[in-house]
Amino acid sequence: MSDVAEQTDAPADGPRHAHREPRHFVRMVVIWLVACAIAMPLFYFLVGPHVPPGVMTSTAEENQFDFNILMVLAIPVLFGVWIYIGYSLITWRGSKAADPVGGELARGHMGVQTGWIGITTVFVLGLAIFGTYALITTNGAGGGEGPNPVWTPTSAHVLPVQVIGQQWKFTYRYPTFGGFESSDLVLPVDTTIAFHVTSLDVIHSFWAYQLSIKADANPQVDNVAFTTTNHTGSVTVRCSELCGLWHGAMFDYGRVVSKNQFEAWATATRIATAANTKLLPPFALTYTPDANGAAGGYYPDNVDPYSPSEVYGAKQPAS
Amino acid sequence: MSFGARLTTFLVMLAAAVALVVYVVITYLTPQSGVVDFTSAQPAGAPVNLSVQTVGSIGFGPHPTWVTYMVQNPGGQWLHDTTWEVPAHTRINLTIHQFDSGSPLRNQNWGRVQGVAGNVEILNGKPISFYDSNSGNGVGHTFAVPALGINVPLVGVNSNASNICSQAPCGSDSVSNTIKVSFVTPGPGEYSWQCFVPCGLGYLYGNGGPMSNSNYMGGFLDVVA
Repeated sequence: MSDVAEQTDAPADGPRHAHREPRHFVRMVVIWLVACAIAMPLFYFLVGPHVPPGVMTSTAEENQFDFNILMVLAIPVLFGVWIYIGYSLITWRGSKAADPVGGELARGHMGVQTGWIGITTVFVLGLAIFGTYALITTNGAGGGEGPNPVWTPTSAHVLPVQVIGQQWKFTYRYPTFGGFESSDLVLPVDTTIAFHVTSLDVIHSFWAYQLSIKADANPQVDNVAFTTTNHTGSVTVRCSELCGLWHGAMFDYGRVVSKNQFEAWATATRIATAANTKLLPPFALTYTPDANGAAGGYYPDNVDPYSPSEVYGAKQPAS
Repeated sequence: MSFGARLTTFLVMLAAAVALVVYVVITYLTPQSGVVDFTSAQPAGAPVNLSVQTVGSIGFGPHPTWVTYMVQNPGGQWLHDTTWEVPAHTRINLTIHQFDSGSPLRNQNWGRVQGVAGNVEILNGKPISFYDSNSGNGVGHTFAVPALGINVPLVGVNSNASNICSQAPCGSDSVSNTIKVSFVTPGPGEYSWQCFVPCGLGYLYGNGGPMSNSNYMGGFLDVVA
Protein backbone atom coordinates (compact mmCIF):
# COMPACT_ATOMS: atom_id res chain seq x y z
CA MET A 1 0.00 0.00 0.00
CA SER A 2 2.82 2.36 0.80
CA ASP A 3 4.21 2.02 -2.66
CA VAL A 4 0.82 3.00 -4.00
CA ALA A 5 0.82 6.07 -1.82
CA GLU A 6 4.19 7.09 -3.13
CA GLN A 7 3.05 7.45 -6.70
CA THR A 8 2.96 10.88 -8.21
CA ASP A 9 -0.34 12.24 -9.37
CA ALA A 10 0.99 14.30 -12.24
CA PRO A 11 -1.38 14.21 -15.21
CA ALA A 12 0.09 12.45 -18.22
CA ASP A 13 -0.68 15.30 -20.57
CA GLY A 14 0.31 18.11 -18.27
CA PRO A 15 3.54 19.44 -16.91
CA ARG A 16 5.16 17.11 -14.39
CA HIS A 17 5.24 18.37 -10.83
CA ALA A 18 7.70 17.40 -8.20
CA HIS A 19 4.78 16.98 -5.76
CA ARG A 20 4.76 13.60 -3.94
CA GLU A 21 1.75 12.16 -2.17
CA PRO A 22 2.25 11.76 1.58
CA ARG A 23 2.82 8.21 2.78
CA HIS A 24 -0.79 7.70 3.82
CA PHE A 25 -0.42 4.08 4.80
CA VAL A 26 2.54 4.80 7.03
CA ARG A 27 0.64 7.67 8.62
CA MET A 28 -2.34 5.46 9.33
CA VAL A 29 -0.16 2.73 10.78
CA VAL A 30 1.61 5.19 13.06
CA ILE A 31 -1.67 6.67 14.29
CA TRP A 32 -3.05 3.15 14.78
CA LEU A 33 0.03 1.98 16.69
CA VAL A 34 -0.04 4.97 19.02
CA ALA A 35 -3.77 4.66 19.65
CA CYS A 36 -3.48 0.93 20.35
CA ALA A 37 -0.45 1.39 22.57
CA ILE A 38 -2.49 3.76 24.70
CA ALA A 39 -5.88 2.02 24.64
CA MET A 40 -4.85 -1.60 25.13
CA PRO A 41 -3.05 -1.25 28.48
CA LEU A 42 -5.63 1.32 29.61
CA PHE A 43 -8.42 -1.18 28.99
CA TYR A 44 -6.57 -4.12 30.49
CA PHE A 45 -5.50 -2.41 33.69
CA LEU A 46 -8.38 0.00 34.29
CA VAL A 47 -11.46 -1.73 32.85
CA GLY A 48 -10.25 -5.32 32.97
CA PRO A 49 -10.61 -5.91 36.71
CA HIS A 50 -14.28 -4.89 36.46
CA VAL A 51 -15.18 -7.13 33.55
CA PRO A 52 -17.77 -9.83 34.40
CA PRO A 53 -17.95 -12.35 35.92
CA GLY A 54 -15.41 -11.14 38.48
CA VAL A 55 -12.89 -13.23 40.38
CA MET A 56 -14.92 -15.13 42.95
CA THR A 57 -13.87 -18.51 41.57
CA SER A 58 -11.10 -20.00 39.48
CA THR A 59 -13.37 -20.24 36.47
CA ALA A 60 -14.64 -16.69 36.93
CA GLU A 61 -11.09 -15.39 37.15
CA GLU A 62 -10.01 -17.32 34.08
CA ASN A 63 -13.08 -16.29 32.11
CA GLN A 64 -12.52 -12.67 33.06
CA PHE A 65 -8.95 -12.99 31.81
CA ASP A 66 -10.19 -14.54 28.58
CA PHE A 67 -12.72 -11.76 28.05
CA ASN A 68 -10.01 -9.18 28.65
CA ILE A 69 -7.66 -10.84 26.18
CA LEU A 70 -10.41 -10.97 23.56
CA MET A 71 -11.24 -7.33 24.17
CA VAL A 72 -7.61 -6.24 24.06
CA LEU A 73 -7.20 -8.13 20.79
CA ALA A 74 -10.36 -6.55 19.44
CA ILE A 75 -9.07 -3.04 20.09
CA PRO A 76 -6.52 -3.06 17.20
CA VAL A 77 -9.20 -4.35 14.83
CA LEU A 78 -11.69 -1.76 16.01
CA PHE A 79 -9.17 1.05 15.85
CA GLY A 80 -7.93 -0.13 12.45
CA VAL A 81 -11.41 0.27 10.99
CA TRP A 82 -12.10 3.59 12.71
CA ILE A 83 -8.74 5.12 11.83
CA TYR A 84 -8.95 3.99 8.24
CA ILE A 85 -12.45 5.45 7.88
CA GLY A 86 -11.59 8.64 9.73
CA TYR A 87 -8.36 9.20 7.84
CA SER A 88 -10.08 8.54 4.53
CA LEU A 89 -12.93 10.91 5.31
CA ILE A 90 -10.52 13.70 6.22
CA THR A 91 -7.87 13.15 3.58
CA TRP A 92 -9.95 12.15 0.60
CA ARG A 93 -13.16 14.00 1.36
CA GLY A 94 -15.29 14.87 -1.67
CA SER A 95 -13.85 17.12 -4.31
CA LYS A 96 -14.95 18.13 -7.76
CA ALA A 97 -12.33 15.94 -9.32
CA ALA A 98 -13.32 12.85 -11.21
CA ASP A 99 -14.12 9.75 -9.21
CA PRO A 100 -10.81 7.88 -8.98
CA VAL A 101 -12.25 4.48 -9.74
CA GLY A 102 -10.44 2.03 -11.93
CA GLY A 103 -6.97 2.19 -13.27
CA GLU A 104 -3.87 1.27 -11.37
CA LEU A 105 -5.22 2.20 -7.96
CA ALA A 106 -8.03 -0.34 -8.20
CA ARG A 107 -5.89 -3.30 -9.09
CA GLY A 108 -5.16 -6.13 -6.70
CA HIS A 109 -2.23 -5.78 -4.36
CA MET A 110 -0.38 -8.95 -3.50
CA GLY A 111 1.09 -7.56 -0.31
CA VAL A 112 -2.22 -6.42 1.07
CA GLN A 113 -3.98 -9.65 0.16
CA THR A 114 -1.25 -11.86 1.55
CA GLY A 115 -1.02 -9.75 4.67
CA TRP A 116 -4.77 -9.85 5.25
CA ILE A 117 -4.99 -13.63 4.85
CA GLY A 118 -1.88 -14.17 6.94
CA ILE A 119 -2.86 -11.89 9.80
CA THR A 120 -6.45 -13.14 10.06
CA THR A 121 -5.28 -16.76 9.89
CA VAL A 122 -2.79 -16.20 12.69
CA PHE A 123 -5.48 -14.41 14.67
CA VAL A 124 -8.09 -17.14 14.33
CA LEU A 125 -5.69 -20.02 14.90
CA GLY A 126 -4.14 -18.21 17.85
CA LEU A 127 -7.53 -17.65 19.45
CA ALA A 128 -8.49 -21.28 18.84
CA ILE A 129 -5.33 -22.48 20.56
CA PHE A 130 -5.75 -19.97 23.36
CA GLY A 131 -9.41 -20.94 23.84
CA THR A 132 -8.62 -24.64 23.91
CA TYR A 133 -5.82 -24.09 26.39
CA ALA A 134 -8.12 -22.04 28.62
CA LEU A 135 -10.81 -24.71 28.38
CA ILE A 136 -8.41 -27.45 29.46
CA THR A 137 -6.58 -25.60 32.23
CA THR A 138 -9.84 -24.52 33.89
CA ASN A 139 -11.48 -27.95 33.71
CA GLY A 140 -14.13 -26.91 31.23
CA ALA A 141 -14.13 -23.18 32.03
CA GLY A 142 -17.23 -23.56 34.18
CA GLY A 143 -19.36 -25.08 31.45
CA GLY A 144 -21.20 -28.36 31.77
CA GLU A 145 -19.00 -31.17 30.50
CA GLY A 146 -21.69 -33.83 30.41
CA PRO A 147 -21.81 -37.00 32.50
CA ASN A 148 -18.23 -38.06 31.73
CA PRO A 149 -16.09 -34.95 31.95
CA VAL A 150 -12.88 -34.96 29.97
CA TRP A 151 -11.18 -32.26 31.98
CA THR A 152 -11.26 -32.97 35.70
CA PRO A 153 -9.64 -31.15 38.60
CA THR A 154 -6.58 -32.57 40.28
CA SER A 155 -7.67 -31.56 43.79
CA ALA A 156 -7.60 -34.38 46.31
CA HIS A 157 -10.95 -33.33 47.72
CA VAL A 158 -13.86 -32.18 45.64
CA LEU A 159 -17.18 -31.21 47.17
CA PRO A 160 -20.02 -32.61 45.06
CA VAL A 161 -23.16 -30.48 44.98
CA GLN A 162 -26.16 -31.65 43.04
CA VAL A 163 -28.26 -29.02 41.34
CA ILE A 164 -31.83 -30.16 40.66
CA GLY A 165 -33.90 -28.07 38.29
CA GLN A 166 -37.66 -28.26 38.43
CA GLN A 167 -40.36 -25.92 37.27
CA TRP A 168 -39.54 -23.36 38.61
CA LYS A 169 -36.81 -23.58 41.23
CA PHE A 170 -33.34 -24.99 41.68
CA THR A 171 -32.76 -27.10 44.76
CA TYR A 172 -29.43 -28.48 45.95
CA ARG A 173 -28.40 -31.83 47.41
CA TYR A 174 -25.23 -32.37 49.37
CA PRO A 175 -24.33 -36.08 49.05
CA THR A 176 -21.35 -35.85 51.39
CA PHE A 177 -23.60 -34.53 54.14
CA GLY A 178 -26.16 -37.28 54.14
CA GLY A 179 -27.81 -36.22 50.92
CA PHE A 180 -30.03 -33.52 52.38
CA GLU A 181 -31.81 -31.25 49.94
CA SER A 182 -31.93 -27.50 50.39
CA SER A 183 -33.47 -24.56 48.63
CA ASP A 184 -30.31 -22.60 49.47
CA LEU A 185 -26.98 -22.81 47.68
CA VAL A 186 -24.18 -22.46 50.20
CA LEU A 187 -20.54 -23.23 49.32
CA PRO A 188 -17.27 -23.18 51.25
CA VAL A 189 -14.44 -20.92 50.12
CA ASP A 190 -11.11 -22.31 48.86
CA THR A 191 -12.79 -25.52 47.80
CA THR A 192 -13.12 -27.29 44.48
CA ILE A 193 -16.77 -27.92 43.70
CA ALA A 194 -18.23 -30.46 41.30
CA PHE A 195 -21.73 -29.39 40.31
CA HIS A 196 -23.88 -32.29 39.17
CA VAL A 197 -26.69 -30.60 37.30
CA THR A 198 -29.88 -32.43 36.41
CA SER A 199 -33.60 -31.81 36.08
CA LEU A 200 -36.82 -33.42 37.21
CA ASP A 201 -38.90 -32.19 34.30
CA VAL A 202 -37.98 -29.99 31.35
CA ILE A 203 -34.64 -28.52 30.27
CA HIS A 204 -33.36 -25.79 32.54
CA SER A 205 -29.92 -24.22 32.68
CA PHE A 206 -28.05 -23.54 35.89
CA TRP A 207 -26.23 -20.22 35.59
CA ALA A 208 -24.39 -19.12 38.72
CA TYR A 209 -23.14 -15.77 37.52
CA GLN A 210 -20.38 -14.92 39.98
CA LEU A 211 -19.16 -18.53 40.03
CA SER A 212 -18.94 -18.46 36.22
CA ILE A 213 -20.77 -21.77 36.09
CA LYS A 214 -23.29 -22.48 33.40
CA ALA A 215 -24.58 -25.96 32.75
CA ASP A 216 -27.78 -27.22 31.16
CA ALA A 217 -30.08 -29.16 33.46
CA ASN A 218 -31.49 -31.97 31.38
CA PRO A 219 -33.81 -34.64 32.77
CA GLN A 220 -32.00 -37.94 33.30
CA VAL A 221 -28.62 -36.40 32.48
CA ASP A 222 -25.84 -35.71 34.98
CA ASN A 223 -24.12 -32.62 33.61
CA VAL A 224 -20.90 -31.97 35.54
CA ALA A 225 -19.20 -28.59 35.89
CA PHE A 226 -16.22 -27.67 38.06
CA THR A 227 -14.92 -24.60 39.79
CA THR A 228 -12.83 -23.64 42.79
CA THR A 229 -14.07 -20.93 45.10
CA ASN A 230 -11.50 -18.20 45.82
CA HIS A 231 -13.51 -15.53 47.63
CA THR A 232 -16.60 -15.32 49.82
CA GLY A 233 -19.62 -13.41 48.64
CA SER A 234 -23.10 -13.55 47.17
CA VAL A 235 -23.98 -15.55 44.08
CA THR A 236 -26.86 -14.90 41.72
CA VAL A 237 -28.39 -18.04 40.27
CA ARG A 238 -30.66 -17.86 37.26
CA CYS A 239 -32.23 -20.31 34.90
CA SER A 240 -30.96 -19.45 31.43
CA GLU A 241 -33.10 -21.83 29.43
CA LEU A 242 -36.65 -20.74 28.64
CA CYS A 243 -38.56 -23.31 30.69
CA GLY A 244 -42.15 -22.20 30.96
CA LEU A 245 -44.49 -19.73 32.61
CA TRP A 246 -42.38 -18.82 35.63
CA HIS A 247 -38.98 -19.04 33.96
CA GLY A 248 -38.43 -15.36 34.70
CA ALA A 249 -38.97 -16.03 38.39
CA MET A 250 -36.58 -18.97 38.49
CA PHE A 251 -33.71 -17.31 40.29
CA ASP A 252 -32.24 -17.27 43.74
CA TYR A 253 -29.18 -16.16 45.62
CA GLY A 254 -26.48 -18.42 46.94
CA ARG A 255 -23.42 -17.57 48.95
CA VAL A 256 -19.81 -18.58 49.34
CA VAL A 257 -18.81 -18.59 53.01
CA SER A 258 -15.84 -19.60 55.10
CA LYS A 259 -15.22 -23.30 55.61
CA ASN A 260 -16.24 -23.07 59.25
CA GLN A 261 -19.47 -21.31 58.39
CA PHE A 262 -20.19 -23.86 55.71
CA GLU A 263 -19.59 -26.77 58.07
CA ALA A 264 -21.89 -25.16 60.63
CA TRP A 265 -24.61 -24.50 58.06
CA ALA A 266 -24.38 -27.98 56.53
CA THR A 267 -24.44 -29.68 59.90
CA ALA A 268 -27.38 -27.62 61.13
CA THR A 269 -29.32 -28.11 57.91
CA ARG A 270 -28.59 -31.82 57.92
CA ILE A 271 -30.06 -32.10 61.40
CA ALA A 272 -33.00 -29.82 60.71
CA THR A 273 -33.98 -31.70 57.56
CA ALA A 274 -33.17 -35.20 58.78
CA ALA A 275 -36.78 -36.32 58.93
CA ASN A 276 -37.44 -35.01 55.46
CA THR A 277 -34.20 -36.42 54.03
CA LYS A 278 -35.42 -39.91 54.89
CA LEU A 279 -38.28 -39.36 52.48
CA LEU A 280 -35.97 -38.41 49.62
CA PRO A 281 -34.76 -41.05 47.21
CA PRO A 282 -31.17 -42.16 47.80
CA PHE A 283 -28.74 -39.77 46.24
CA ALA A 284 -28.28 -40.56 42.57
CA LEU A 285 -26.85 -38.59 39.71
CA THR A 286 -30.15 -38.56 37.84
CA TYR A 287 -33.75 -39.18 38.71
CA THR A 288 -36.56 -40.45 36.63
CA PRO A 289 -39.75 -38.49 37.11
CA ASP A 290 -43.15 -40.00 36.64
CA ALA A 291 -44.50 -38.69 33.37
CA ASN A 292 -48.07 -38.95 34.54
CA GLY A 293 -47.89 -35.74 36.47
CA ALA A 294 -50.04 -35.47 39.52
CA ALA A 295 -49.46 -39.02 40.76
CA GLY A 296 -45.70 -39.27 40.63
CA GLY A 297 -42.74 -39.30 42.95
CA TYR A 298 -39.19 -39.37 41.63
CA TYR A 299 -36.86 -42.33 41.61
CA PRO A 300 -33.23 -43.25 41.06
CA ASP A 301 -32.63 -44.69 37.66
CA ASN A 302 -30.86 -47.76 39.08
CA VAL A 303 -27.55 -47.21 37.29
CA ASP A 304 -24.38 -46.90 39.36
CA PRO A 305 -25.06 -43.50 40.80
CA TYR A 306 -21.58 -42.56 41.86
CA SER A 307 -19.21 -43.63 39.13
CA PRO A 308 -18.61 -40.27 37.44
CA SER A 309 -17.60 -38.53 40.65
CA GLU A 310 -15.71 -41.24 42.49
CA VAL A 311 -12.48 -40.48 40.69
CA TYR A 312 -12.43 -36.95 42.06
CA GLY A 313 -11.77 -38.09 45.59
CA ALA A 314 -15.07 -37.08 47.07
CA LYS A 315 -16.40 -39.13 49.92
CA GLN A 316 -19.65 -40.65 48.81
CA PRO A 317 -22.56 -41.13 51.15
CA ALA A 318 -23.87 -44.45 52.19
CA SER A 319 -27.22 -44.64 50.47
CA MET B 1 -55.38 -2.81 -10.58
CA SER B 2 -54.50 0.84 -10.38
CA PHE B 3 -51.62 2.12 -8.30
CA GLY B 4 -54.07 3.75 -5.89
CA ALA B 5 -55.98 0.52 -5.39
CA ARG B 6 -52.79 -1.45 -4.83
CA LEU B 7 -51.54 1.13 -2.35
CA THR B 8 -54.85 1.06 -0.50
CA THR B 9 -54.82 -2.74 -0.35
CA PHE B 10 -51.27 -2.71 0.92
CA LEU B 11 -52.01 -0.14 3.60
CA VAL B 12 -55.13 -2.00 4.76
CA MET B 13 -53.20 -5.27 5.03
CA LEU B 14 -50.34 -3.53 6.82
CA ALA B 15 -52.77 -1.95 9.29
CA ALA B 16 -54.41 -5.33 9.91
CA ALA B 17 -51.02 -6.97 10.52
CA VAL B 18 -49.95 -4.22 12.90
CA ALA B 19 -53.26 -4.41 14.76
CA LEU B 20 -52.88 -8.18 15.11
CA VAL B 21 -49.36 -7.85 16.51
CA VAL B 22 -50.43 -5.12 18.93
CA TYR B 23 -53.40 -7.22 20.06
CA VAL B 24 -51.22 -10.28 20.66
CA VAL B 25 -48.60 -8.29 22.55
CA ILE B 26 -51.15 -6.49 24.71
CA THR B 27 -53.00 -9.73 25.41
CA TYR B 28 -49.74 -11.41 26.39
CA LEU B 29 -48.59 -8.59 28.62
CA THR B 30 -51.89 -7.88 30.31
CA PRO B 31 -52.46 -9.97 33.42
CA GLN B 32 -55.29 -12.41 32.91
CA SER B 33 -56.54 -11.86 36.40
CA GLY B 34 -57.61 -8.86 38.35
CA VAL B 35 -55.81 -7.56 41.40
CA VAL B 36 -57.39 -8.12 44.80
CA ASP B 37 -56.54 -5.28 47.15
CA PHE B 38 -55.71 -6.16 50.75
CA THR B 39 -54.01 -2.88 51.57
CA SER B 40 -56.95 -0.77 52.64
CA ALA B 41 -59.21 -3.15 54.57
CA GLN B 42 -57.38 -2.73 57.87
CA PRO B 43 -55.41 0.00 59.67
CA ALA B 44 -51.86 0.59 58.51
CA GLY B 45 -49.47 -1.88 60.07
CA ALA B 46 -52.21 -4.23 61.23
CA PRO B 47 -51.92 -7.86 60.12
CA VAL B 48 -53.65 -8.83 56.91
CA ASN B 49 -55.90 -11.86 56.98
CA LEU B 50 -55.70 -13.60 53.63
CA SER B 51 -57.93 -16.59 52.86
CA VAL B 52 -57.53 -18.74 49.78
CA GLN B 53 -58.74 -22.14 48.69
CA THR B 54 -57.55 -24.78 46.24
CA VAL B 55 -60.16 -26.57 44.19
CA GLY B 56 -59.67 -29.72 42.11
CA SER B 57 -61.73 -28.35 39.26
CA ILE B 58 -62.88 -24.79 38.98
CA GLY B 59 -66.16 -25.76 37.34
CA PHE B 60 -66.59 -22.67 35.19
CA GLY B 61 -64.81 -20.52 32.63
CA PRO B 62 -62.82 -21.66 29.62
CA HIS B 63 -61.21 -24.57 31.49
CA PRO B 64 -63.78 -25.91 33.94
CA THR B 65 -61.76 -29.07 34.67
CA TRP B 66 -58.60 -27.26 35.66
CA VAL B 67 -57.37 -27.12 39.22
CA THR B 68 -57.13 -23.62 40.63
CA TYR B 69 -56.62 -21.29 43.55
CA MET B 70 -59.41 -18.94 44.61
CA VAL B 71 -59.09 -15.95 46.91
CA GLN B 72 -61.54 -14.31 49.27
CA ASN B 73 -61.55 -10.54 48.99
CA PRO B 74 -61.90 -8.32 52.07
CA GLY B 75 -65.62 -8.17 51.40
CA GLY B 76 -65.90 -11.95 51.82
CA GLN B 77 -66.48 -12.74 48.16
CA TRP B 78 -64.54 -15.62 46.55
CA LEU B 79 -62.78 -14.56 43.35
CA HIS B 80 -60.79 -16.31 40.67
CA ASP B 81 -57.87 -13.90 40.86
CA THR B 82 -54.29 -14.80 41.71
CA THR B 83 -52.68 -11.38 42.03
CA TRP B 84 -52.96 -10.13 45.58
CA GLU B 85 -51.91 -6.66 46.64
CA VAL B 86 -50.60 -6.59 50.20
CA PRO B 87 -48.78 -3.95 52.27
CA ALA B 88 -45.01 -4.09 52.79
CA HIS B 89 -43.44 -5.07 56.11
CA THR B 90 -46.73 -6.44 57.36
CA ARG B 91 -47.69 -9.76 58.89
CA ILE B 92 -49.85 -11.85 56.61
CA ASN B 93 -52.04 -14.44 58.31
CA LEU B 94 -52.68 -16.87 55.51
CA THR B 95 -55.46 -19.44 55.74
CA ILE B 96 -55.61 -22.02 52.98
CA HIS B 97 -58.63 -24.26 52.57
CA GLN B 98 -57.47 -27.33 50.68
CA PHE B 99 -60.41 -28.97 48.90
CA ASP B 100 -58.35 -31.14 46.56
CA SER B 101 -57.00 -34.65 47.07
CA GLY B 102 -53.27 -35.41 47.19
CA SER B 103 -50.55 -37.83 46.10
CA PRO B 104 -46.86 -38.53 46.77
CA LEU B 105 -44.71 -35.55 45.96
CA ARG B 106 -42.37 -35.73 43.01
CA ASN B 107 -39.81 -34.01 45.16
CA GLN B 108 -40.24 -34.61 48.88
CA ASN B 109 -38.35 -31.40 49.56
CA TRP B 110 -41.67 -29.65 49.01
CA GLY B 111 -43.13 -31.52 51.96
CA ARG B 112 -41.12 -29.25 54.25
CA VAL B 113 -42.65 -26.10 55.68
CA GLN B 114 -40.21 -23.31 54.92
CA GLY B 115 -40.01 -19.56 55.13
CA VAL B 116 -42.99 -18.93 57.41
CA ALA B 117 -43.15 -18.17 61.13
CA GLY B 118 -41.42 -20.99 63.01
CA ASN B 119 -41.21 -22.99 59.80
CA VAL B 120 -44.45 -24.52 60.97
CA GLU B 121 -47.93 -24.74 59.51
CA ILE B 122 -51.08 -25.41 61.48
CA LEU B 123 -52.84 -28.31 59.77
CA ASN B 124 -56.39 -28.67 61.07
CA GLY B 125 -55.24 -27.22 64.38
CA LYS B 126 -52.02 -29.24 64.71
CA PRO B 127 -48.56 -27.81 64.04
CA ILE B 128 -46.37 -29.68 61.57
CA SER B 129 -42.97 -28.85 60.09
CA PHE B 130 -43.04 -31.39 57.28
CA TYR B 131 -45.44 -33.92 55.83
CA ASP B 132 -44.66 -37.36 54.49
CA SER B 133 -46.59 -37.33 51.26
CA ASN B 134 -46.22 -41.09 50.95
CA SER B 135 -48.57 -41.45 53.86
CA GLY B 136 -52.16 -40.46 54.47
CA ASN B 137 -53.78 -38.56 51.66
CA GLY B 138 -50.53 -37.20 50.25
CA VAL B 139 -49.92 -33.61 49.32
CA GLY B 140 -52.24 -31.98 46.84
CA HIS B 141 -50.54 -28.66 46.27
CA THR B 142 -48.07 -26.25 47.76
CA PHE B 143 -48.19 -22.55 48.27
CA ALA B 144 -44.69 -21.31 47.54
CA VAL B 145 -43.11 -17.90 47.08
CA PRO B 146 -39.63 -18.84 45.86
CA ALA B 147 -38.15 -15.36 46.18
CA LEU B 148 -39.16 -15.28 49.85
CA GLY B 149 -38.16 -18.87 50.54
CA ILE B 150 -41.75 -19.77 51.44
CA ASN B 151 -43.09 -23.27 50.91
CA VAL B 152 -46.27 -24.58 52.50
CA PRO B 153 -47.39 -28.13 51.67
CA LEU B 154 -51.14 -28.54 51.44
CA VAL B 155 -52.18 -31.97 52.57
CA GLY B 156 -54.84 -33.53 50.39
CA VAL B 157 -58.32 -34.62 51.39
CA ASN B 158 -59.50 -38.21 51.15
CA SER B 159 -60.12 -38.85 47.48
CA ASN B 160 -62.82 -41.37 48.40
CA ALA B 161 -64.86 -38.86 50.34
CA SER B 162 -68.36 -38.45 49.03
CA ASN B 163 -68.42 -34.69 49.40
CA ILE B 164 -65.36 -33.62 47.39
CA CYS B 165 -65.88 -30.19 45.97
CA SER B 166 -65.99 -30.00 42.19
CA GLN B 167 -67.25 -26.49 41.67
CA ALA B 168 -65.55 -23.37 42.91
CA PRO B 169 -65.96 -21.65 45.22
CA CYS B 170 -66.19 -24.47 47.73
CA GLY B 171 -67.96 -24.20 51.04
CA SER B 172 -68.09 -25.90 54.38
CA ASP B 173 -70.32 -28.66 53.02
CA SER B 174 -67.30 -30.11 51.20
CA VAL B 175 -64.44 -32.04 52.77
CA SER B 176 -61.36 -29.88 53.29
CA ASN B 177 -58.17 -29.37 55.24
CA THR B 178 -57.38 -26.02 56.77
CA ILE B 179 -53.77 -24.86 56.79
CA LYS B 180 -52.68 -21.71 58.57
CA VAL B 181 -49.32 -19.95 58.37
CA SER B 182 -48.09 -16.43 58.82
CA PHE B 183 -45.22 -14.51 57.34
CA VAL B 184 -44.04 -10.92 57.10
CA THR B 185 -43.93 -9.25 53.73
CA PRO B 186 -40.64 -7.73 52.60
CA GLY B 187 -40.22 -4.34 50.95
CA PRO B 188 -42.26 -3.33 47.92
CA GLY B 189 -41.98 -5.55 44.90
CA GLU B 190 -43.74 -8.12 42.81
CA TYR B 191 -43.15 -11.65 44.09
CA SER B 192 -44.42 -14.59 42.11
CA TRP B 193 -46.01 -17.48 43.93
CA GLN B 194 -46.76 -20.90 42.59
CA CYS B 195 -47.67 -24.51 43.34
CA PHE B 196 -44.73 -26.91 43.20
CA VAL B 197 -46.84 -30.02 42.76
CA PRO B 198 -47.12 -30.83 39.06
CA CYS B 199 -50.89 -30.90 39.30
CA GLY B 200 -51.82 -30.35 35.69
CA LEU B 201 -53.44 -33.74 35.41
CA GLY B 202 -53.41 -35.02 31.85
CA TYR B 203 -50.41 -32.96 30.80
CA LEU B 204 -46.90 -34.36 30.35
CA TYR B 205 -45.08 -34.31 33.68
CA GLY B 206 -48.13 -32.51 35.06
CA ASN B 207 -46.71 -29.09 34.33
CA GLY B 208 -49.00 -28.02 31.51
CA GLY B 209 -52.50 -26.57 31.59
CA PRO B 210 -53.24 -24.90 34.91
CA MET B 211 -49.55 -25.04 35.88
CA SER B 212 -48.51 -23.16 32.77
CA ASN B 213 -51.22 -20.54 32.67
CA SER B 214 -51.36 -17.68 35.10
CA ASN B 215 -54.46 -17.26 37.25
CA TYR B 216 -54.75 -20.93 38.17
CA MET B 217 -51.83 -22.39 40.16
CA GLY B 218 -49.65 -19.33 40.30
CA GLY B 219 -49.80 -15.58 40.59
CA PHE B 220 -48.20 -12.60 42.25
CA LEU B 221 -47.95 -11.03 45.64
CA ASP B 222 -47.89 -7.34 44.80
CA VAL B 223 -46.22 -5.87 47.86
CA VAL B 224 -46.75 -2.12 48.00
CA ALA B 225 -45.46 0.57 50.33
